[in-house]
Amino acid sequence: MSRTAEASRRLACSAPLFAALGDETRLSLLLQLGEGNLCSITNLADGRQQTRQAIRKHLRVLEEARLIRGVRRGRENLFQIEPKTLHVAAQSLDAISRQWDDALARLQSFVENGQ
Amino acid sequence: MSNSDRIEKQIELNAPLQRVWEALTDYHQFGQWFRVQLEVPFVVGRRAYGQITYPGYEHVRMEVEVVAMEPMSRFAFTWHPYAVDPQVDYASEPPTMVEFRLQPSECGVLLFVTESGFDAIPAGRRDEAFRMNDGGWSAQVKNIENYVKNG
Repeated sequence: MSRTAEASRRLACSAPLFAALGDETRLSLLLQLGEGNLCSITNLADGRQQTRQAIRKHLRVLEEARLIRGVRRGRENLFQIEPKTLHVAAQSLDAISRQWDDALARLQSFVENGQ
Repeated sequence: MSNSDRIEKQIELNAPLQRVWEALTDYHQFGQWFRVQLEVPFVVGRRAYGQITYPGYEHVRMEVEVVAMEPMSRFAFTWHPYAVDPQVDYASEPPTMVEFRLQPSECGVLLFVTESGFDAIPAGRRDEAFRMNDGGWSAQVKNIENYVKNG
């Protein structure tokens, strides 16, 4: 696979993740779940202006991007954060690869502009 | 990236070969762009070490062992990748090899960087290094929060 094809494949794979994160309500839901709590839709809708229906829709997007996971407890549907999604990203060589990109950009600026 | 064992990069630098070679192998210059305060020069067969100055990683001490310095063409060292936990002694683990190769090009220097040997690092350690434990995860969420607030 060519470099460009590989890059676009990766972009395509990451797009749903970034799309899921690119919304104020969803980020704030993620932050609330990030405290480590199991939350029901009622908990999550509490204090928000959106309807439960709207919250449910946002949760589905987060779930599809595997940022959160639904857990069935009795008759209740609870949600929890899925740290694995970010974990997997960090664990891959991509993270180190990006650090090299940054370092080389600094080297370039250093040798070309003396800064 | 060609496989799970190595990272490969290349970059065209619009600067004289000598300048690039010095930026890589002079420990003061290396420290400026890599962001590390190296305490001793690079010498083949010896260790060079110092404190990272990259914001957020100032607690990390970098240590490399120089493997090769072939003027104007190749500079290589081994180190322990993402050795960021001061509580862990990484010395017993297999290191990775970082290699810079320089090639004169039309507008300056074509620089190839390879880091290899990742397959030898136990998967368990990779897990440990990047485990999103409660503390790590909370910190991550805080980062997002700050970013959102200030961004």
